[in-house]
Amino acid sequence: MRRGIAASALVAALAVTMAACGSSGSGSDDKAADGPVTITYWDTSNATNEAPNYEALVKKFEAANPNIKVKFENVPFDQAQNKLQTAMGATGAPDAFRSEVGWTSAFAKAGYLEPLDGTPAMTDKAAFQPSLIQQATYEGKVYGAPIVTDTLGLLYNKELFAKAGITKAPATWDELKTAAAQLKEKAGVDGFFMRAGDGYFAMPYLYGEGTNMVDAKGKKITVNSPEAVKAIETYKSMFTAPGTVKADVTTDSYAHMMDAFNSGKVAAVINGPWEITNIYKGSAFADKKNLGIAAVPAGSTGKAGAPTGGHNVSVYAGADKAHKAAAEKLAGFLTSAESQTFLATKNSTLPTRTDAYTADVKADPGIAGFQAILAAAQPRPELPEYSSLFGSIGTNLGKIVQDQSSTQAGLDATAVDYLKLLPGFSK
Amino acid sequence: MAVAVQGAPTKGSQDPRPGLVARVKLSYSKHWYAYAMVAPVVIVLGVLVGYPLINGFYLTLTDANSLNSARTIGVKEIPATYQFIGLHNYADILWGPGSYDRFWSHFVWTIAWTVICVTLTYSTGLALAMLMNQRLRGRSLYRLMLILPWAVPTFVTIFSWRLMLADGGVVNGLLGSLGLPEPAWLSDPLAQKAAAILVNTWVGVPFMMVSLLGGLQSIPGELYEAAEMDGATAWQQFRHITLPGLRTVSSTVVLLGVIWTFNQFAVIFLLFGNGAPDAQILVTWAYRLGFGQQPRDYAQSATYGVLLLSILIVFTSFYRRWLARNEEASR
Repeated sequence: MRRGIAASALVAALAVTMAACGSSGSGSDDKAADGPVTITYWDTSNATNEAPNYEALVKKFEAANPNIKVKFENVPFDQAQNKLQTAMGATGAPDAFRSEVGWTSAFAKAGYLEPLDGTPAMTDKAAFQPSLIQQATYEGKVYGAPIVTDTLGLLYNKELFAKAGITKAPATWDELKTAAAQLKEKAGVDGFFMRAGDGYFAMPYLYGEGTNMVDAKGKKITVNSPEAVKAIETYKSMFTAPGTVKADVTTDSYAHMMDAFNSGKVAAVINGPWEITNIYKGSAFADKKNLGIAAVPAGSTGKAGAPTGGHNVSVYAGADKAHKAAAEKLAGFLTSAESQTFLATKNSTLPTRTDAYTADVKADPGIAGFQAILAAAQPRPELPEYSSLFGSIGTNLGKIVQDQSSTQAGLDATAVDYLKLLPGFSK
Repeated sequence: MAVAVQGAPTKGSQDPRPGLVARVKLSYSKHWYAYAMVAPVVIVLGVLVGYPLINGFYLTLTDANSLNSARTIGVKEIPATYQFIGLHNYADILWGPGSYDRFWSHFVWTIAWTVICVTLTYSTGLALAMLMNQRLRGRSLYRLMLILPWAVPTFVTIFSWRLMLADGGVVNGLLGSLGLPEPAWLSDPLAQKAAAILVNTWVGVPFMMVSLLGGLQSIPGELYEAAEMDGATAWQQFRHITLPGLRTVSSTVVLLGVIWTFNQFAVIFLLFGNGAPDAQILVTWAYRLGFGQQPRDYAQSATYGVLLLSILIVFTSFYRRWLARNEEASR
């Protein structure tokens, strides 16, 4: 029988067959490796700017592997985790997908992912940055091939900064506040727009005080520690200080922030390299050189830190052998040096392997800017639940910045939620 | 089957009541046809309503979440590892740590939301229905226009409202040009609640209006003529003819309004998404626990569902009793 039908239907049909005939079904899987295989790939990149380039890569892969057809589907990033969770626990899951680094260990823990060690996806394991492989590892096995890495930085409008007489990027939150006031006064624009009520974007404040949401090694919840309270007090002040934009907690706040920045109504934001292509399209950044990229400001410890983000390509554990083999090949192809160079030059995102940083890639001012600050990025602790922690803190940060609860009370509520998510942790 | 009818033992006799088994047999032999006719419906309801309900109730007694439930990963099967924990979920939600923030604040707001919304939709609907019941030119056009919010898909309505209520939207533009304050409808907690009520009223009025209009048209015009002859004022006519005439319709639409508003997921969810912790009502909160977070907490989400159902059952039984008493009194 030909296998040229939609992968999702096949997975579903296979589940039934396997249930019916038990382990004897494995013999027929091997045969399928010769015939054409159609696999599904879920892409989570920005649909207008980034996805076409990913699709072009997938086309190249199909041309190089005539026996493999790839069904390319773009899934909006903010819905992808939920959709993957639903699909992988039932039917209709993609054979390969772009997974945010924070999801990888949680999905691996749930048994959804295929280990990639020794497969075509991991032939050049040594070429990847070790910390990124570390992030994709769960209990000693690698579950994702890093395709893109990122961190948060302070993005600013050089022209507006110059207008306000500011010569260098603010290095601490206090300097940023001073700059914001100056920008409002002299350049007549809002100085700084911070994304409100989002735990991920609040991480630099926690790192700036030398703390984190939890201490994974010491099994302790630190989100309501005195250092964290201090960090969130600073966070809160970034919505009320002169020249800063007041807290926007609507569903469209991210779009509001980027629209204001791209059109030159706001002089500085905190964001990552995934927005660079969008920013270049904005009226304020027709000249790419106008975009300043600096490390996130430091807290009272004098140290600055931002979370390491990015994406891996993972393979679904529930597919049959032929599909898995094809998906592993695709993962290997997408994360090859050549593919990453292609993505970097097209999307201005950061490659995950050193041999992908060609002269062309390094010439992109966005990539160069972020590459310079990547060294200071903080990898996540090894904790499959870590990405689940952002939900509660986001909700409570929203309350804190709207003065509905005090900083301490809001963070205490978060700590109570964490106790439930992290059995065995102490407050 | 006919044999069984003939063998029916106690037919027509004055003997003491037969035992349970005998009674079941008797009723079966007499009414087997009815049972056979009802069986498909009972089975379908059992599968579609009964089983999920019982299963959901069982979930509330466990610590099931997306990490320990049974799941089929393509060709792999992972069995469930969740445990029976008795009534712990109920205790945790009702008086566990942070229960005010997690449950009671939403409970109070859900009740307030329901009362305010139903009052507003009912009174606005009644006012509009009375207007529409007048003999005026272009009446059917007005009726059509007032039905419109109901005819448009809810999500379209709500997304349009979200655009209009945004900071630079039409609503604030209008308020600003009149020199009135411009609340942040979608971010300020109090304004969020006001916005939710406003949108839900807009969505709910057409149903109330149409139902009440139907009720109004069933009141005989002679009653008003007679009242006018006797010199009754408009208020007296409204009080003693219109309201009593609308009683049956009103009791139904208010009951439906309460149940629908109490479970009005779409307005809150589409207007605020996962933000707005204060404007979330119990249903949207249950959704967030079960599907809007990682890991998904199926057990507590189900517990919310059972609590919601119990609240509605208690309300409905009291409401019906109150209606029955009123009916008695008015006779």
